[in-house]
This record gives sequence, C-alpha cells and structure tokens, in this order.
Amino acid sequence: MSSVIESHHDDHHHGPAKGLMRWLLTTNHKDIGTLYLWFSFAMFLIGGAMAMVIRAELFQPGMQIVQPEFYNQMLTLHGLIMVFGAVMPAFVGLANWLIPMMVGAPDMALPRLNNLSFWLLPFAFGILLSSLFMEGGAPNFGWTFYAPLSTTYAPPSVTFFIFSVHIMGASSIMGSINVIVTIMNMRAPGMDLMKMPLFVWSWLITAYLLIAVMPVLAGAVTMMLMDIHFGTSFFNAAGGGDPVLFQHIFWFFGHPEVYIMILPAFGIISHIIETFARKQLFGYESMVWAMLSIAILSFVVWAHHMFTVGMPLAAELFFMWATMLIAVPTGVKVFNWVATMFKGSISFETPMLFAIAFVVLFTIGGFSGLMLSIVPADFQYHDTYFVVAHFHYVLVPGSIFSIMAAVYYWIPKWTGNMYDERMGRLHFWLSFVGVNVTFFPQHWIGLAGMPRRYPDYALQFADWNMVSTAGAFLFGASQILFLFIVLKTVLGGKKATPQVWEGARGLEWSVESPAPYHTFSTPPKVK
Amino acid sequence: MEYQKYYVPESSKFPIFAAISLFILIIGASSTINSLDNPESNASLILYTGLACFLATLFFWFRQVVKENNAGLESTQLSQSFVYGMAWFIFSEVMFFAAFFGALFYVRTFAVPWLGGEGEKGLANILWQDFEATWPLINTPDGGKAFVIAAKSMSFPGWENISHWLPIYNTIVLLSSSVTVHFAHLGLKKGNKKTFNAWLAITVLLALIFVGLQALEYYEAYAHFGLTLNSGIYGSTFFMLTGFHGFHVMLGGLMLAVMLIRSVFYGHFNEHKHFGFEAASWYWHFVDVVWVMLFLFVYIL
Repeated sequence: MSSVIESHHDDHHHGPAKGLMRWLLTTNHKDIGTLYLWFSFAMFLIGGAMAMVIRAELFQPGMQIVQPEFYNQMLTLHGLIMVFGAVMPAFVGLANWLIPMMVGAPDMALPRLNNLSFWLLPFAFGILLSSLFMEGGAPNFGWTFYAPLSTTYAPPSVTFFIFSVHIMGASSIMGSINVIVTIMNMRAPGMDLMKMPLFVWSWLITAYLLIAVMPVLAGAVTMMLMDIHFGTSFFNAAGGGDPVLFQHIFWFFGHPEVYIMILPAFGIISHIIETFARKQLFGYESMVWAMLSIAILSFVVWAHHMFTVGMPLAAELFFMWATMLIAVPTGVKVFNWVATMFKGSISFETPMLFAIAFVVLFTIGGFSGLMLSIVPADFQYHDTYFVVAHFHYVLVPGSIFSIMAAVYYWIPKWTGNMYDERMGRLHFWLSFVGVNVTFFPQHWIGLAGMPRRYPDYALQFADWNMVSTAGAFLFGASQILFLFIVLKTVLGGKKATPQVWEGARGLEWSVESPAPYHTFSTPPKVK
Repeated sequence: MEYQKYYVPESSKFPIFAAISLFILIIGASSTINSLDNPESNASLILYTGLACFLATLFFWFRQVVKENNAGLESTQLSQSFVYGMAWFIFSEVMFFAAFFGALFYVRTFAVPWLGGEGEKGLANILWQDFEATWPLINTPDGGKAFVIAAKSMSFPGWENISHWLPIYNTIVLLSSSVTVHFAHLGLKKGNKKTFNAWLAITVLLALIFVGLQALEYYEAYAHFGLTLNSGIYGSTFFMLTGFHGFHVMLGGLMLAVMLIRSVFYGHFNEHKHFGFEAASWYWHFVDVVWVMLFLFVYIL
C-alpha cells in the first residue's frame, strides 16, 4: 500500500491495466459497470435455473422431481437472487456505465467506494448460495422472510442469510450515495437539473429511495438475528412483540424496493421510445414529477401487502386509497410514452420492440396491481397465483425487459459493435411469447383459487400449469440465445458509429463507439 | 471559472481488501453466532481475523485519502463530493434508527394494547387473558414463561429520585459534548488551533464519560434490575435502541479522537481546510439528536 502519488497528465492515453488485476482494483466507472452487468447476468441465469426447477415440479400435480423442503429453498433463493442479485445490480451497472457519460462527468464521484460496492456483491451471494450446502439447507421461508418462519422455524443457515443481507444492503447504500453525489456534484456546466436525461433523473430518485429503505431492511434482519439468538421478542407475542411488526418493517422497506426495481426502467424506456419514434419525448417535466410522486407515495402504501393480516379498518382504507393514487402518476407516464410514439416515424429495432412490449405488459401488471389494491377483492386474491402473475408481469416484462432493451440500445456504445439485429428480434419474440405464456394463465389459476408457494396443487389447475411451465422453459431457453448474442457482439460485429441510432440524443452519443476508457476529463459544453 | 481536474485514482487495492475482510468477518460472525452453545468452537477466530483485516484496511484507506488531500490532489469539487457523501451517509444512519424507533412506536401504540384487550384488535387478549397492557412492559404477556420478568424498568423514576437516575447525567454529558464540539469548530474557523484542540479534547473526554455511564447503566440493569435482552419487548427495544446508540457514540468518539490526533500530532486542519473534522462533528451532532429522541421516547414518555 504505497503512498506514492503521481499526477496524471495523460489520462486520455491511459488504457486499462491488464489481466485479473484490472477488474479487482479498478476505479473506472465503465469497468465497474461491466462487472455489475456480468454479475447480474450470472445471477439471472442461476435464479432462472431455480425458476425452472420450480416450474418443472409444477408441470403436473403431485410430487415428481424435488422434495417439498427443497422446493421451498428454490422458491426463496429464486426470489432473493432475482431481486437483489439480478435486477438491482443490472440497474446499478447501467447507472455506472451511463450516468457519468450522460452528465458529462469524468467518472463516478467516489471511484474507490464504487469498486467496494461492487466487490461486496459476489461475496454476499457466494455466502447466500453456499447455504444450500449447509446443515438444514438454505433459507426456506420465501423471499419476504416473514417471522416466525424466518425466526422460530428457520434453518441454522438463516444467520448466514442475515449477514449476507447486511452486506448487500451496505453495497446498495454505498452505490446509491455514489450515484447521488455524482448527479448532484459532477454535472457538466450547463447541465441543469431539468435538462438531465430521464435515466439520470430516475436514478437520482431511485438512489434516494435506496438510502432511505436499505437501512430499514438492515434493522429488520438485525431484529431477526436478536430474536433468534439473543432472546429478544420483537416478533414474539409472548414477550409483547408482534409477528405483524415484522411485516410492517419489511414492507416499509419492500414497497419502495419494488419501485427501486422499476424507476430506472422508466428512465430507460423514455430514452428508447424517444430515439426510435424520432420525436422529442412528450412531457419531460411531467415525467420527472410523476417519478417524484411515485417515490413519495411509495413510503405510505406498504401495508397493502398485508390487508389480510388483521389491521384496523382505518388503516386498510388509508392504504387502499393511497395505493390507488399511485395509478395517477403511473398513468401519466404511460400516456406520455404513447403520446411520444403518436405520429412519430417509428422503426422497430430490438430495443424498441422490448420498449413497446414493456409499455403494454407493464401496464397489464399495473392494472392487476390496481385490482389487488381493492381491500375486499384482495381478500380473495391474497396469496394466490394472481399475485404471482401480477408481480411477475411488472418484474419480467417490466424491469427485465427494460434491462434487455437497455443492453441492446447501449451495447454498441459499450463494445463498438452492432449486435445481430435478426437474432435480437428473434430473442425478443421468443421472450415475449414465453413470458406471456408463462404468466398470463397464472392470472386465471389464481382467480380460480390456486394458492402460491406450494409444490403441489389440486387437479383442476393442471392444464394451465402445464402451459405455464412450457412458457417458462421457452423463456428460459431464449435467454441462452441472449447470452450468445451478447457474447457475439462483444467479440465482433458491424462497427458502430458514435451516434449509433439515427434519433439518439444525449452526451453519451457524442463520444466514440466504443466509448474511450476515460470520457469527459474536461467537461463538455451543454447546450 | 477555471476548471480544476477531478482526481480519480488509476486503481486501488483498498476496496478489494475491504470486501475480502468483510467476507471473512461475516463468515466469522455467522459461524460464531451459530455455535454460541458450543464452547469448543473456534469460529470467533475467523470473526476477529476479519475484523482486524477490515479495520487495518480502513486505516490505510483513510490514511491514503488524507495524504492525497495534503498532496494537493483535491479540488473544490472533490471536497464537495465528500460533503455530500457524508450527509447522505448520515441520512442512511437516521433511517437505520428509524426502523428501531418505528418498532418501539408500533408495539407501544398497537401491539401491546391489543394484547391487553384494548383497541380494534383487542381480540388478541384471548392468547393470555390475564395480561394487562402497561408501559414500560414489565410483566410479559405469557407471565414470564418464555421470557424473564424484570424487577424494574429504566424509565423516569419521578422528580424525587432524579438525582439517582443515570440517564439524566448521560443527557447532560452528551448535550454538553455537542456544545463543546461546536466551540472547537468556532475556534478552528478563527484559526485558533489551541482552542480547537482543547475543546475537541474535552469533547472526546465527554464521549468516554458517556460510554462509561452507559456501561454502568447496563451493569445496573443486568445485575440489579434483572432487566436483560430476555425481558420481553421492553428489554428488547430498550437495549437495542440504547445499544446501537452507544455503539454509534463509540464510533463518533473514535472519529473525533482520530481528528484530535491528526490535529495535535500531525498539525492537520486549518481555518480553510477541515472537512474531516466537520464530518466527524456532524456525525457527533447526529448521535446527540438520536439521544434526545431516546431520552424522550425510551426514558421519559
């Protein structure tokens, strides 16, 4: 750890270091962005494989492939890995790659902290996954880890789970501090707040949400730890605590968390629709205000996840109406996207296909969310496959489609190569069909009364479960194609121009493709 | 405005060392906690190894940043990044405490009265029908079967006994330390390093006194009141809130002590450049505000 400090006059000519050390020691926002994105892809495939285990077991009624105990572990790890390992790191990776370039900054504001934020993740997930091989198995209480399932009845590996959640939270908080500081402090002169690209805006709001709620999650798992090992009674009524308290704390974190997983998507989709409709985005300012409203409302709706738990009537009514209110700013966004496309000269490259699918399918997920927000109706839907269908519609063709759209949209900027358009479109159509075949029938079997989280089900649900499993394997297989397309693009392909897309606007398109290792060492002029 | 170059280190060993040490640390912590009832377990060795590596990494990392600053690599913009960074870090700490205060408010307003049969969900009383809701909750709902009933709580004992009540001294000590650290800041802004060092030293001393008093309070609770982590929800919230606060006092006191050492032995800080100290003092004021909330909601009300 030498303390030699050199001055750097030749940043522009510096390439990255070679070999493994480049990735371990890097402070470069593009390297760290790449690390995040590959990590997220790996987690997506692992979490996806677990989903395949779940769907394979549900292909037919009765127990065929796995034991119920193992099924529960798959269910839990699938949720945790997809939320904390796949979706969130993918958005952080995009933030790393794009925000400094979009605001005209030389790098992230705190480059070393940035490296730490990433490198904590592989260790945290290494520990989480290793719990599969521990005595008593991996966590088996669902990704929401409700007490007392996660306290009194938890396997011993829950301690490792708790500490790995702490580390994931620390990583998220540090990453978010970095994003906020970069946006507040590193914008090029002339880049006013209301001139910022919407992806940057969406991340400013997301980072604020993350810093506000990740510590609350840390508090929740700490209380679990104390209840399990040190005799406290936060979630135990015998000592005056309350298991419902756990749900309140968890969802105070959990509801902003679901917006953390969709707000950056809103930013991405706005850029892509604008580019391929070849029109300026309709209603930029209302987009910003809508995202801010959604973020603020996200703090006062958490208990709509627990309508059936036994809350006072006034609370049920308050949380119902507050939840419905969110439909207003969300509707503003959907209408703005549609209005942007209206009379545009649209072309349908892969990113645009994913973006349009996002608008339609995310809206379906939004509407089923509205149905769930109605208290008396929720008593019927609660803990059925209808809920599973709802949140998979907002997360898979919502968050994950937006991530795929972003990869296709910006990969020419990252690699300097165009992806294979025909294969990209094939990937889109396979995913689009797969996702709908998987999740649309789940609305029906849910409304018909099939409960979620069970490895077995009654015979009348057999047909649509079979269809759903077929769709899931189609969707899963098409992601292997996605991996292939990405690798092919990294290795070669048609050279990309700096602007890449005819309608693309913004600072990141003003630099060469691939973007130089260091961009904007002196700030660009912003018009 | 002339453009100053933003310093970005080419690469750094510190973060990966920090990540690896945290990895060792949490494996050690989990294994230690999982083998608490096994006296032959050596898991705590892993824990201490990880902790030592982590602290060492932080030491060298911060030392490097201080060196870079003194070498003139910092710019106004970079300093501003540290200012924002610290402010948002403190916000995250506020939210961590919010979780525990939220738990306290929830059990006091809803869970305990419901268990006692009051309010809209008073049906919960069928679980333990003899239970009467009180706060501080000394008699646990199950009548001390699963949890231990304490003899006494830490709450305000009435004006006549106030001179024997430790928290009042804690409050005086901590509130004064916020004032003394402010005096240190004022001295520094005038360029008077002697005043700065003196007031800062007094602040660190007050921090030590506070931690000592807190330790005494815990000793009293465990040895004389029978009030422990096992005393039901009152003990749980009391020890977790004051415990995490005490831990943050130690952290803040350590930060201030480091600043004192930097100032006295290395001559760091002058009237223009002293954000390291300012960050530590912000943290100190934050710890103080948390105490005021604790004093109100844990001890008095």
